Amino acid sequence: MNRHFDIGAAPHLPPPATVRGVMLQVLYALAPGTIAYAWYFGPGVLIQIALAGLFATLLEAMMLRLRNKPIGLFLGDGSALVTAVLFALCIPPLAPWWIALVGMLFAIVFAKHLYGGLGHNLFNPAMAAYVVVLISFPQAMTAWLPPASLSVHDLSLVDSLVTIATGHPPGSLGWDAITQATPLDTIRTAVASGQTVTEARQAAIFGDFGGLGWEWIANWYALGGIWLLWRRVISWHVPLTMIGTVVALGLAAYLIDPGSNPVPLQHVFSGALILGAFFIATDPVSGCTSTRGKLVFGAGVGVITLAIRRWGGYPDGVAFAVLLMNMAAPLIDRFTRPRIYGQ
Amino acid sequence: MTDRETLEQARRAGEQMHHFPGGLHLRHNKRISCELPIALAPLPAQLSVPLLQYSGDEAKPIVSSGQSVLKGEEIAASSHPHATPLHAPTSGTIVAIEPRPASHPSGLDGLSIVIETDGADRWKDLQPLAGWRQAEPSLLRKKIRDAGIVGLGGAMFPTSAKVDSGSVRDVHTLILNGAECEPFISCDEMLMREQPAAVVLGAQVLQRAVGASRTVIAIEDRMGAVSDALQRALNAAGASDIDLVKVTTIYPEGGEKQLVQILTGLEVPSGGTPLDLGLLCQNVATAAAAAQAVVEGKPLIERIVTVTGNGVLRPRNLLALIGTPIELLINECGGYTPTATRLVLGGPMMGYALRSDANPVTAAANCVLVLTEAELQAPQPEMPCIRCGECGRVCPAMLLPQELNRFVRNGLWSEAADYGLKDCIECGCCDFVCPSQIPLVDWFRYGKAELRLRARERREAECARQRFEAREARLEQENTERKRRREEKKRALGNDQEKQRRIADAVERARRKHDS
Repeated sequence: MNRHFDIGAAPHLPPPATVRGVMLQVLYALAPGTIAYAWYFGPGVLIQIALAGLFATLLEAMMLRLRNKPIGLFLGDGSALVTAVLFALCIPPLAPWWIALVGMLFAIVFAKHLYGGLGHNLFNPAMAAYVVVLISFPQAMTAWLPPASLSVHDLSLVDSLVTIATGHPPGSLGWDAITQATPLDTIRTAVASGQTVTEARQAAIFGDFGGLGWEWIANWYALGGIWLLWRRVISWHVPLTMIGTVVALGLAAYLIDPGSNPVPLQHVFSGALILGAFFIATDPVSGCTSTRGKLVFGAGVGVITLAIRRWGGYPDGVAFAVLLMNMAAPLIDRFTRPRIYGQ
Repeated sequence: MTDRETLEQARRAGEQMHHFPGGLHLRHNKRISCELPIALAPLPAQLSVPLLQYSGDEAKPIVSSGQSVLKGEEIAASSHPHATPLHAPTSGTIVAIEPRPASHPSGLDGLSIVIETDGADRWKDLQPLAGWRQAEPSLLRKKIRDAGIVGLGGAMFPTSAKVDSGSVRDVHTLILNGAECEPFISCDEMLMREQPAAVVLGAQVLQRAVGASRTVIAIEDRMGAVSDALQRALNAAGASDIDLVKVTTIYPEGGEKQLVQILTGLEVPSGGTPLDLGLLCQNVATAAAAAQAVVEGKPLIERIVTVTGNGVLRPRNLLALIGTPIELLINECGGYTPTATRLVLGGPMMGYALRSDANPVTAAANCVLVLTEAELQAPQPEMPCIRCGECGRVCPAMLLPQELNRFVRNGLWSEAADYGLKDCIECGCCDFVCPSQIPLVDWFRYGKAELRLRARERREAECARQRFEAREARLEQENTERKRRREEKKRALGNDQEKQRRIADAVERARRKHDS
């Protein structure tokens, strides 16, 4: 008696990776940096992550329904959650709740689904959303907190919740009392007013290389990033060229004019550079796909970030740099195709 | 690099190991089928020999139903240059020539010759090539062609076609491929372990047939027992022109182009074959079969099949007649385990799932793999490509599968061709690593077929155009020719006055004739 079987496509081996697995690993890798962030700057960031995550999930479900896509399958892939977490890590921890809503509306609805959903977005959704809220709501987006060790008023979880929900600090506190310029902003203002970088760096908010607290968060991000490298979720090309370009050009600028240019490591450990190098510029969908393309992409992000920090209108430029390189990615891919075997 | 340097480098094949790009480290899973020695599969009551050939054509039966045949007797032939004759795997009676399950990737039935075996297993008169070591190479090649030897590595490419083209091109090195890189498959490994002398003899026969000056036998570095056995056989045969080399086990190092790259550091030109480098590759089992054809006069009627996977009770290698139903092989290995869920012909990377174990053993059937649910896991739904680029990183042909996938799905054929779709070797590496579970190789096979079809249509359209233009030109020429002749005649008649006079003369002549 012959036996009959169901057929299936090769390879007949269990898949070593899934989209969900990739996204989950990215989330795990972000955890140490996020915890460090909450440690140095209070629980606000965790509230922002929860808010953005909630909005992202609801909007993702809504868009999937409108587009007649299997909701369970795509919600489970975790990509919306990665977008939400990256966005939340980029905005001030006490930004009002509607910042997360507007951000996720733009990230999930416009940047992602109107371009065709997972795998089809031209721009990194988190960065597109961040840039939209940064340009639209400059005041809310500059309300950065000092590290806990320097702050006069420690905000509890409840205080943070109230602030985010109402848009005002609790009690009689004003925004001026609890916020402070970021290290990059401080240098920028100081240099503009004729001080040298060394003088500006005397301020208490500076640490060994970057800002106090910020540099340690960057270290934890880097640790997560290196874990992703080891797990082969990301490749070394983008992080290395991006950080390498910033160090090389930053060093050149510092050697030429140490008065108005910070030491290169200041650049590396400030702003979103480490987060961007390991978690944002490595986004496969909106980045380059060929190996040489990735090298160009990473270097491009590095150059544009430095240019914006030095001459642009914003203290940090990682988000703009990533978006500009996103635009160029298809063209770069076209010109960096690998040679085919035997051709 | 100049051609001379390239050839010089190709001549040094195997002296130094090189790398190929991409590839995967896979779990070998070979040991389970290597613990028992090769056994003889039982003689089935009925054999079904599919007539489908490598070329895609079917061989024509030269026997008819009711006729009795002897073992090794020719039963089908074909005039196609890439076709080989087929032989009766055992003695018996032809009972039917009809469509039967044919172990084809399409899953469709194919015309097959069905033989009821008589149990006597009586050979026809065998005609070995006496003194083959001194015989003309062309006689060896004829023996190989007549014996219907095809590539036993899984492709079934006619060995005679390869060897014939090797003899007209200048082949300096024969490469015997013993790098059996797909997981689970161990038929070549067991052959080399148990019958190393047959493999060495095969090397010598093929080397003489193609006129190569040396042979390189490539095996995987994890095949310790094979290495010892082959080395002993080489020493015993005193074959100083045969080198044994070990290559690093990384899938798909046994692919022809990858093996050439490992041994020489050279790439086979796109669209070309190793012959362009003066190399000729053959599988070790094919070589052993070629030796049998020449030295013993035996045609290709059997092969070693690995029956393995956690879905069979006692995995092992079996020497089975072509046409033996797979069901019989499974029974010989203790039957299915309760969890058997998928039957695969070939390895887990490039093999294809069969619907039923009624399918027969063919020359391509190197492995019958029965997998369990646990080995397969639940089938994951396909997701959109997230362009992670993992596929490009593992591709040994240095292609960008993520881009090819986009082109093929959207019917962008010129882009697909431009990005090297035809250079895809269908190894399945990209497919395996894809986190979105996109069946890339299936799409690429479809795309390659579409490119071939379009190329043929273009050729046919071009032919039609040329025919049309030639006809137009011919009609035009005939027209002018006619016009010219008419003009000439007219001119010959002269001017009007002259014409009137001539007519009058003619009329006068006619009247006179009439009057008289």
